[in-house]
Amino acid sequence: MITEQTEGYNLRLYVAGQTPKSIAAIANLKKLCERHLPGRYSIDIVDLMQNPSLAQRDQIVAIPTLIRKLPEPIKRIIGDLSNTERVLVGLDLDEAQM
Amino acid sequence: MHGTEATQSAAGKTAGGIPKAPSGIDGLDELTAGGLPAGRPTLICGAAGCGKTLFAVTFLHNGATRFNERGVFMTFEERPADLVKNVSSLQYDLGRLIADKKLVIDHVRIERTEIHETGEYDLEGLFIRLGYAIDSIGAKRVVLDTIEALFSGLTNQAILRAELRRLFEWLKDKGVTAIITGERGEGQLTRHGLEEYVSDCVILLDNRVHDQITTRRLRVVKYRGSAHGTNEYPFLIDEQGISVMPITAAGLAHGVSEERISSGIADLDEMLQGKGFYRGSSILVSGMAGSGKTSVIAQFADAVCRRGERCIYFALEESPSQIIRNMRSVGVDLQQWVDKKLLRFMANRPTLFGLETHLAAMHREIESFKPAAVAVDPLSSLLSTGAGGDVYAMILRLIDLLKSKGITAMFTSLTHGSIEQGMTDVQVSSLMDAWMLLYNKESNGEHNRQLYLLKSRGMAHSNQVREFVMTDQGIRLRDVYVGPEGVMTGSARLAQEAKAREQTSLRQQEVERRAREFVRRRRQIEAQVEELQAQLAEEQKELDQLAGEAAAREQHGAEDRVRMARSRKVAEGSRKVAEGGAGEYGNASASLPSSRQTRKRSQ
Repeated sequence: MITEQTEGYNLRLYVAGQTPKSIAAIANLKKLCERHLPGRYSIDIVDLMQNPSLAQRDQIVAIPTLIRKLPEPIKRIIGDLSNTERVLVGLDLDEAQM
Repeated sequence: MHGTEATQSAAGKTAGGIPKAPSGIDGLDELTAGGLPAGRPTLICGAAGCGKTLFAVTFLHNGATRFNERGVFMTFEERPADLVKNVSSLQYDLGRLIADKKLVIDHVRIERTEIHETGEYDLEGLFIRLGYAIDSIGAKRVVLDTIEALFSGLTNQAILRAELRRLFEWLKDKGVTAIITGERGEGQLTRHGLEEYVSDCVILLDNRVHDQITTRRLRVVKYRGSAHGTNEYPFLIDEQGISVMPITAAGLAHGVSEERISSGIADLDEMLQGKGFYRGSSILVSGMAGSGKTSVIAQFADAVCRRGERCIYFALEESPSQIIRNMRSVGVDLQQWVDKKLLRFMANRPTLFGLETHLAAMHREIESFKPAAVAVDPLSSLLSTGAGGDVYAMILRLIDLLKSKGITAMFTSLTHGSIEQGMTDVQVSSLMDAWMLLYNKESNGEHNRQLYLLKSRGMAHSNQVREFVMTDQGIRLRDVYVGPEGVMTGSARLAQEAKAREQTSLRQQEVERRAREFVRRRRQIEAQVEELQAQLAEEQKELDQLAGEAAAREQHGAEDRVRMARSRKVAEGSRKVAEGGAGEYGNASASLPSSRQTRKRSQ
């Protein structure tokens, strides 16, 4: 689990075991954050295989799901995050902030 | 399929061999020979508002409360709080089931606008959620309502379809009996073709409006590995839950009774060999307005209750209190039977719901009250709520139902104009075992009621047209006079009766006169006989007198000869002459006894 406390982005990634998609998503997320949000992010990785009750609580349907908890409002992004363009749009990260 | 075995304990066994999970919905389990396929998904599809969710909830509720099978309800549309509230009107206390860990409701909320798709994904999250919910209470039943919401929340159709296929396989592996609901689509059963994935059992719900009357219908489109009814069956949703009318019995194999029961009208029973109708038969009473149909049927209901049996009176035009009041005037007190819970009135406006719904409601009422007889007054108003062949089919179903339960039924039917014009009567009459016609006949400036037993299967019944009179002691049937102008009723009958009485007394007088004449004539003849006999006796007397004189004369003659002989001192020679004379006399005296004998014989 990677936790880098900043005032910036609080992200949580839901995966289900060590599937290729999960591994890819984790790698893609880290790469993206390092590039676009250096020092301004924190990442939680939740494995639903370990905590299945969280799926209902956090309204998870698709895997992998990335939730931007902060800043408000909450954003949901699903998929292995391979489409960087769409991830940035989903996280409200425009070029100006980069 | 290890899971299938696990569900088998609660599931009913069927002829087809595949295990079934009873839905507990009246009628549906009969229709599907036991319920839904246990351990397999079933698709319930239909347009909005046709009762899919209610069906699904009922399935889970009955599972938890009656079959000891816990359930998971995964809702994609309604919020759990709304769902609980919506079904509380059906007396389903989902809150309690949740508290007792017999039910889990999981609301899956998907908002397309909130979701960004950024590459490959799957629905493992959904699987985990569902799996967790199932395992947390050991559920055997699962409902996904309506999983199609995923299609509007997620854009990648290819992934979605692959995942749905995987989901249904996964449900089967889990061994849970699942209901998947789906919205009706154009040209196919569901908008997104869910029927492709759920192939074990598909049930279609329908909510059709015809002549401003809504009727819910259900059809089992497919049921793999099991026999099932293929028709459309009406179903009801009301405060008592869902009930499907399983309708037409497969054949005409219902048992029949030899028992005869009174029609409630003694004079009518008399026309039916003095015994009344067969128990379990269906009787149609048709007639014009004001011909006394309700009186006949009320008296029938009264007779049923008098025997201590139960009866349901389906009142479709009048209110029960009005019927009770009116029938008091013909000496029928129905209120006492209502009080004794032998008679139940069920009053509904015909237009309140469709024909099927009416019949479904009747069906449920019959199931719960278990009457020995029912009265439907009038059937014809029900006919107006349906059209053509529908009506016939539905009445057939009702009669089938009643017959299969051995319930005697009497229906009234309002006809307009002549009996022959009542086409619906004619159609329906072939289903009936007995058909009575009541009509008003106008003659001599008055209307009089007449009753005619047109048919009564299986018995020699009277062919007489009878005059139908309502008295304060009930209905009486009078003999009618048939004259050259036809049947006489009312005052014409009374006049005829008077005339007949008069004729009778005339005949009586004639007989008396003849009798008197006969007596006189007899006396006359007897007098003649006496006279003749007197005459005969007279003649006899004369004859006897004659014979006496002759004998006397001979004796005198003989004495004279002796005297003469003495005086003449006759010689030897002269004796011969005397002997000759004596011989002559001897002959005459010898003939006398024989003539006496003859007389004796003749006497």
